[in-house]
Amino acid sequence: MLEIKNLQVKLEEEDKQILKGVDLTVEAGKVHAIMGPNGSGKSTLSYVLSGKDGYEVTDGSAELLGEDLLDMDAEERAAAGLFLAFQYPVEIPGVGNMTFLRTAVNSQRKARGEEEMSSTEFLKVVREKAKSLKIDAEMLKRPVNVGFSGGEKKRNEILQMAMLEPKLCILDETDSGLDVDAMKLVADGVNALRDEGRGFLVITHYQRLLDHIKPDVVHIMHDGRIIKTGGPELALEVENEGYAHLIEEEA
Amino acid sequence: MALPQPKLDATEARIAALELPEGGWSAPARKDALARLRAMGLPHARDEYWKYTRPETLVSAEAPKASVFEADEAPIFGERDRLKIVFVDGVFDAEASDELALEGVEIARLADATDIHWAKDLYGTLEANGQTPVERPLAALNTAFATDGILMRVTGKVSKPINLIYHHKSDSSDAILHHVVKVEQGGDVTILENGPAAARFNKVMEVDVADRSGFHHVRTQGRDDERRAATYIFGRLGTESTFKTFTLTVNGVMTRNECVLELNGDDAVAHVAGACMGDGDFHHDDTVFITHDAVNCESRQVFKKVLRNGATGVFQGKILVKPDAQKTDGYQISQSLLLDDDSQFLAKPELEIYADDVACSHGSTSGAIDEDGLFYLRARGLPRGIAEDLLTIAFIAEAVQEVEDEGLQEEIVERVEAWLLRRRG
Repeated sequence: MLEIKNLQVKLEEEDKQILKGVDLTVEAGKVHAIMGPNGSGKSTLSYVLSGKDGYEVTDGSAELLGEDLLDMDAEERAAAGLFLAFQYPVEIPGVGNMTFLRTAVNSQRKARGEEEMSSTEFLKVVREKAKSLKIDAEMLKRPVNVGFSGGEKKRNEILQMAMLEPKLCILDETDSGLDVDAMKLVADGVNALRDEGRGFLVITHYQRLLDHIKPDVVHIMHDGRIIKTGGPELALEVENEGYAHLIEEEA
Repeated sequence: MALPQPKLDATEARIAALELPEGGWSAPARKDALARLRAMGLPHARDEYWKYTRPETLVSAEAPKASVFEADEAPIFGERDRLKIVFVDGVFDAEASDELALEGVEIARLADATDIHWAKDLYGTLEANGQTPVERPLAALNTAFATDGILMRVTGKVSKPINLIYHHKSDSSDAILHHVVKVEQGGDVTILENGPAAARFNKVMEVDVADRSGFHHVRTQGRDDERRAATYIFGRLGTESTFKTFTLTVNGVMTRNECVLELNGDDAVAHVAGACMGDGDFHHDDTVFITHDAVNCESRQVFKKVLRNGATGVFQGKILVKPDAQKTDGYQISQSLLLDDDSQFLAKPELEIYADDVACSHGSTSGAIDEDGLFYLRARGLPRGIAEDLLTIAFIAEAVQEVEDEGLQEEIVERVEAWLLRRRG
């Protein structure tokens, strides 16, 4: 589904190489986790895949379902089925959450040549999905993420994911700033979306999120590369022993 | 003090091109206003409050021509139940207007001069008060020479809005209108204004809001590209009264909107807001002066400007708190969204406070579209253009939300959306 080969990326504004050759394949129906210390390039990978400005790809490729992601604008990547749950969801004062969601759903449908969702149908679907994430009507009416608590912001990300039904979901440190209950709610939302046709890339510092979203494969990233790949037990190893010994092994 | 010769000459040249309406109840007020005008002289680029806006085309003896704008969309407010009062190039059009009768309000035409009228005590009075400490000579010129206008005395809660509709049909029209609104105790009225008024437009609205009464005003200016306009609102607020005005301005080469309010009664509330959309040869100036002269009053100024292709926005806003105006709550924000490097925003916020127990805040910013917000929206599949428009509408939202009626808010946002869409092609 997602195929990344030898991806090398530097910052546009300064001569600083962040990704130094990332190879990664995420199959449909699987959950891959990427763990790694601060500054290893995890978030950069998520931004580069979703099309944020400010990065320059110097080598390598990234394909989603056989299509060249790096050649597309951010909105084209979204319409092609890529979704990034932001580590820090952006507050957008003045834009109602509902308006935003409906515009997003219909923009993607339009781009794919599908029929737009009617407002009645949209309302029905959004209410249903919001309910399971414990997002109330008031939160849907408020401006996007404005005044939302950390937990509300992350739940709102998962609601968007549920509405947009992407092919590949990237979760960038979705557990940061969440208490145990909020993390469970978010994880349940993610688990409800797991199916055979959808791949997940879960980026996290800690093993605890992976207690709730069970990964099939775990990668360890350090200094712009994936240095080790294994099963769920790798995450436990990190939790117990930290990254240091893995990094030493690599060196 | 004698006026400098160039100022004197320009003022006399302008006066010579006009005719002072004679007779009727307004004659003494007009005579006084003319004397005020002669004493002040018309604005000059060196005047303190005309540093950012060149007054030449607003004061010249002859109005620069402006081609008639052919609208390709239905007029705003057209779908709502309202009393229509129509002016064509600054002249009242009885046939296009509704009958000037509505429960709770007495309506008359300024041009129908009789000898006795309730407006006699008000016409020119608030304008004259508003000449200190900052001179507004174009408003004095208006009081002296206004040829038409509407006089409204509101005695109750008026059931539907009164809509002043302007049409511009001559490319050389130079209209001077003067409206007077007197809201009696317990009265409440909503006044809507829309439509291109003339090639050059000078308008004054004097609004006297009595104790425990309300005045709501929503207007749109545009989309006539070549418009030149100087408009003035002079308001006086009584105890526990409410005064709210919002203006959406699109296009126009030169627009100066001044609003001068005096909060004279305790617990009064005044909100002055505006949003403008400028593209290219566009100059828009909001000049606001709010005087707090009573206890526990609230005033808000919220102005947002969207500028592109070399457009210019100006904001001069002042809050003056007099010594006895304790517990004043004053707020002022003026912001511009610059969609390119060619556009500019000039702001002069002023606070002058003589009371010690007040809360006044002000802020002024200029910025581009927020890149993080733009990426967030695009990452959800919104094409760049739609995402930018959404963020632009979000930018002006704080000003639009000053309009109480949500239906009116929606109508305003629709116009802005259409404006943005036309520019996206």
